[in-house]
Amino acid sequence: MTEKFDAIVVGAGPAGNAAAYTLASAGLDVLQLERGETPGTKNVQGAILYSDALERIIPDFRNDAPLERHVIEQRMWVLDEDSFIGTSYRSDAFNSESPNRYTILRAPFDKWFSEKVRAAGALVICETTVTELLQENGRVVGVRTDREDGDIYADVVILADGVNSLLAKKAGFHGELDPKNVALAVKEIHFLSEEIIQSRFNIKGNEGVVIEIAGAVTHGMVGTAFLYTNRESITLGIGCLLSDFKKSGVAPYTLLEELKNHPAIIPLIEGGEMKEYAAHLIPEGGYKAVPRLYGEGWMIAGDSAGLVNAVHREGSNLAMTSGRLAAETVISLKGKGLPCTQANLGIYKAALDGSFVMKDLKKYRQLPEILHGNPHFFSVYPQLLNRAAHTMLTVDGEDKHSKEKTVRNSFVEHRSLFGLVGDAFRMWRATR
Amino acid sequence: MHIVVCIKQVPDSAQIRVHPVTNTIMRQGVPAIINPFDLAAIEEALQLKDRYGARVTVLTMGPPQAEAALRKAIAYGADDVVLLTDRAFAGADTLATSFALAQAIRKLGEEEAVDLVMTGKQTIDGDTAQVGPGIAKRLDLQLLTYVSEITDLDLSAGKITVQRRSEGGVQVIKTRLPALITMLESSNTIRFASMPNMFRAERQVVPQWNRDRAGIEDASKIGLKGSPTVVSKIFTPRPSSQRAKMVGADLDATGVANAVLDVLSSDHPRFAREIGLVTP
Amino acid sequence: MTDNSAAAPKPKGKKRLELDPKLAAYRGVWVFVEMERGQVHPVSWELLGEGRKLADVLEVELAALILGGDVGECDAAADQAFGYGANLAYTVADPVLADYRNQPYTRALTDLVNRYQPEILLLGATTLGRDLAGSVATTLLTGLTADCTELAIDPDNRGLLATRPTFGGSLLCTIQTLNYRPQMATVRPRVMAVPEAVSGRTGQIIQEKLQMVEEDIIAKVLEYIPDQNQEKAQLAYADIIVAGGRGMGRAENFQLLWGLARVLGAEVGGSRPVTHAGWLPAERQIGQSGKTVRPKLYIAAGISGAIQHRVGMESSDIIIAINNDPNAPIFDFATYGIVGDALQILPALTDAMRSRLSVSRRAG
Ligand SMILES: Cc1cc2nc3c(=O)[nH]c(=O)nc-3n(C[C@H](O)[C@H](O)[C@H](O)COP(=O)(O)OP(=O)(O)OC[C@H]3O[C@@H](n4cnc5c(N)ncnc54)[C@H](O)[C@@H]3O)c2cc1C
Ligand SMILES: Cc1cc2nc3c(=O)[nH]c(=O)nc-3n(C[C@H](O)[C@H](O)[C@H](O)COP(=O)(O)OP(=O)(O)OC[C@H]3O[C@@H](n4cnc5c(N)ncnc54)[C@H](O)[C@@H]3O)c2cc1C
Ligand SMILES: Nc1ncnc2c1ncn2[C@@H]1O[C@H](COP(=O)(O)O)[C@@H](O)[C@H]1O
Repeated sequence: MTEKFDAIVVGAGPAGNAAAYTLASAGLDVLQLERGETPGTKNVQGAILYSDALERIIPDFRNDAPLERHVIEQRMWVLDEDSFIGTSYRSDAFNSESPNRYTILRAPFDKWFSEKVRAAGALVICETTVTELLQENGRVVGVRTDREDGDIYADVVILADGVNSLLAKKAGFHGELDPKNVALAVKEIHFLSEEIIQSRFNIKGNEGVVIEIAGAVTHGMVGTAFLYTNRESITLGIGCLLSDFKKSGVAPYTLLEELKNHPAIIPLIEGGEMKEYAAHLIPEGGYKAVPRLYGEGWMIAGDSAGLVNAVHREGSNLAMTSGRLAAETVISLKGKGLPCTQANLGIYKAALDGSFVMKDLKKYRQLPEILHGNPHFFSVYPQLLNRAAHTMLTVDGEDKHSKEKTVRNSFVEHRSLFGLVGDAFRMWRATR
Repeated sequence: MHIVVCIKQVPDSAQIRVHPVTNTIMRQGVPAIINPFDLAAIEEALQLKDRYGARVTVLTMGPPQAEAALRKAIAYGADDVVLLTDRAFAGADTLATSFALAQAIRKLGEEEAVDLVMTGKQTIDGDTAQVGPGIAKRLDLQLLTYVSEITDLDLSAGKITVQRRSEGGVQVIKTRLPALITMLESSNTIRFASMPNMFRAERQVVPQWNRDRAGIEDASKIGLKGSPTVVSKIFTPRPSSQRAKMVGADLDATGVANAVLDVLSSDHPRFAREIGLVTP
Repeated sequence: MTDNSAAAPKPKGKKRLELDPKLAAYRGVWVFVEMERGQVHPVSWELLGEGRKLADVLEVELAALILGGDVGECDAAADQAFGYGANLAYTVADPVLADYRNQPYTRALTDLVNRYQPEILLLGATTLGRDLAGSVATTLLTGLTADCTELAIDPDNRGLLATRPTFGGSLLCTIQTLNYRPQMATVRPRVMAVPEAVSGRTGQIIQEKLQMVEEDIIAKVLEYIPDQNQEKAQLAYADIIVAGGRGMGRAENFQLLWGLARVLGAEVGGSRPVTHAGWLPAERQIGQSGKTVRPKLYIAAGISGAIQHRVGMESSDIIIAINNDPNAPIFDFATYGIVGDALQILPALTDAMRSRLSVSRRAG
């Protein structure tokens, strides 16, 4: 007895869930396969949820989704060895009826999402690894799983199996990941009471704070750190490019340990109990690293397609959006009675190009090279900025004019004036 | 042959933590699993099925969510499942639990006589190892606890031979069917479900039996009412008395070894004398 | 115990015991003395020590229950039981009881209880004790609390307060048996201390007959394969234990532990990952799902100190922990902590011990 479905979705992360949910809601016969014990079991880490992408799939998600805090304040810190300089933006407007960003814990969130997928009518099977794509005459016709009698057929397969998609690689849809295009991030969750979190971050109720951190903590490697407030815990993490980790030989966990012991961070997490440690890859190659997105009988969405905006640390919203668009592509073809050939699936790419997903990636397309070519963003600048602030804020009898000069000189000493201007120009161009 | 396997869904105690702030158990995000010992019982039943042919029915008593455990059992290869669930069962201790399970097994026997009941050695949450013996007594089944291996099964004669663990050795016991076996953990490993069984697990209807369906007339024997024991207090163990005295920082291995023997001899002279530890 | 799959049990609060007068007549503390092939399991003496305390609070007698195949063996066990604090002993000697079998043992014990009506009945939480206790409690339709770590008497109502770990030892709960008698409990070996035996103490032996003959009994013991001495670690009762965890890295590294154990005359044990990986036989696992130990000295090498391991060894008098992680939880409760590589510390410790143990010890 062979099983055949309208569509098979591989993976139950945000992309796979968005795809399976959309397909099932349209009444298609969908099978979703997930390797983990349950969707999200391995995803304990805290994360940011961007409302918009989810709203387009489940408009009333706020009714029952497990949300931690809505973000009302964003801080950006540049750390030196023992100091930091920073900015922050906080607005009461973020306390609206339908806030724009939330902190979430992936485990409960993924579970919730998966329940929605089931409720929509998809068949969700976990603890089952898809080992390869079944192809006939150059066309994907189904999947093979690691289980006995494990071949399953479908008109189309949507790959949403996450960063470093082995399936796509095996099928020859894309090549090896370039270590320059992936970051390795490590995170921890520290438990603290609600009251302590509220008082430490000066927030009430379910308000939340996000801190983006750059500087000395990355040992000059390309990368950043972050801190999110959850309801009863704090997520703290740091990530750098894999290629840099290889070069520097510094262990990711060492960075996290140093971060936790930085005087700027200690008072925020003090007294908390570390509960979870997780490490994960993030595709950061951007626009130029996006592989082929569709072919005969298949599409690829989310992290497996490298759809991550590293500059703004956005991923799940791109994943959900691409998953939804892939599903809508299938729905529209089915509606017209058309097969999922490569030619017909082209509308998926067109839809992505027309959405914020590709537009944003395109905008930052130069950024990876600039960062690779200018390591001082992550080493020299933090030091200079912090020293400048220190010099200006230290009242020691020296006049302010001389102080400014010292500051200017220290900048010029480390980086030629041309260099500085060049950096600024390139940054501006890259992010324009 | 009809085999009934009793399983329980339990929180994965490896992942349970006490909340650092409120000192309460954190169950959120703690996955529910099939009691690990019960997997050995399921696997043994399936092996008997492979060898002799059998119908394997898996039974659990628990809240509606316990359905997930039964679906897993179907995936492994169980033919039928029954979820015994009713508010009236809530708060049951082992006596009330074994009563309800025994009643349900009796009911199952009306469809097809039950030859063998299998349970795990014990659960990892209740950890009592009492439910199995309780069921056996109530149904007048031959009780075989801590079984590591079923060495012989003679269906026509209705006889079974097993090896069971005793404190100082292994007993080889032969007795009649119907019997109840509690399985040791290490006796086998659960099989990897086939894809068709995974589909069956998702699609098969899981029958829910309430008190009436299980044929339980006397409500005073189930749930809280039927439980002689009550939990009167729950508390966290006293926090560790004190942290270890750290010995030998900055010393090499030999230095550390001698340092620890030094403090051992000076803090615990009697013990040191007893074992003949002297200062060099 | 109460529903623990859906929610942590809610304490029901202390209930006033309005005991049925029929049940109030139940008097006395009983300890089941576990004999296998003429050997008394030491847990029985531990229980007599604990039972003595309960009996003293209740001002009742402490009785030992002895079932066996041979009158001489039973009487010898009774004499020992008196030494450990029993006032009287009920014995049932019958060839049918030579090997443990559930059916005749359950019958013998339930008959005794029905006849003499004790208020408390304690058994060891051994394979035999648990098999028997579950059957007896169900037959008598009374409450049974498993694996207790602490027993006490409620001063208000003479009830037994049985405390036991739950959720892998992260919590403790106290359980009461309300309107049922006897109140039954099992206790793990090595949780209670063995009392000092007083020689020359005597008591009354009451011999009872088994109301069954071999023909009534369906199960037959075809064979008994005793554990090889090699395999049967005397772990639970060792004075010194050297234990290794996953931090030992590989099976071969356990030679270091065996080496130290030889010098100390110690037993070797390990954590669950170690026995699961086959680095040590399963009988040597220490912890919640292994053995409880309480040696005078416990040396833990490469063991993190997870709660499930801790509950099995924390009553050791002295604990020396070797771990390369200064934040390992084991340092929260060990006596002495060494931060370092166990693979280097252990040989050094073995050498230091060897050279510092006096000659008499080395000869012995
Ligand atoms: C800390 C602790 C210590 C214990 N010690 C002992 C002991 O020493 N001796 C002893 O006899 N027992 C003891 N118990 C009880 C023992 O664990 C249980 O009786 C035993 O494990 C049986 O489990 P069960 O599956 O029936 O219980 P449960 O876990 O209770 O499972 C069945 C449950 O289904 C649940 N349920 C919830 N909602 C519904 C619904 N809508 N419909 C139906 N069912 C529902 C009920 O709560 C019912 O109890 C202890 C329990 C705890 C928590
Ligand atoms: C139901 C249940 C029952 C359980 N029962 C038991 C039980 O009975 N007994 C038991 O032990 N566990 C039991 N466990 C498992 C328990 O939760 C832990 O997983 C286990 O105790 C961990 O064993 P470990 O300390 O050896 O390994 P780990 O936790 O992996 O710790 C290894 C330690 O070694 C250290 N280390 C590494 N290398 C070195 C080195 N070179 N030198 C020195 N130190 C080093 C590490 O820092 C670490 O602290 C049970 C779990 C469950 C869920
Ligand atoms: N609620 C339950 N439903 C079905 N089987 C159970 C239940 N509770 C216990 N059992 C079975 O009885 C065995 C012993 O459980 P326990 O006495 O709780 O240690 C378990 O391994 C299960 O096989």
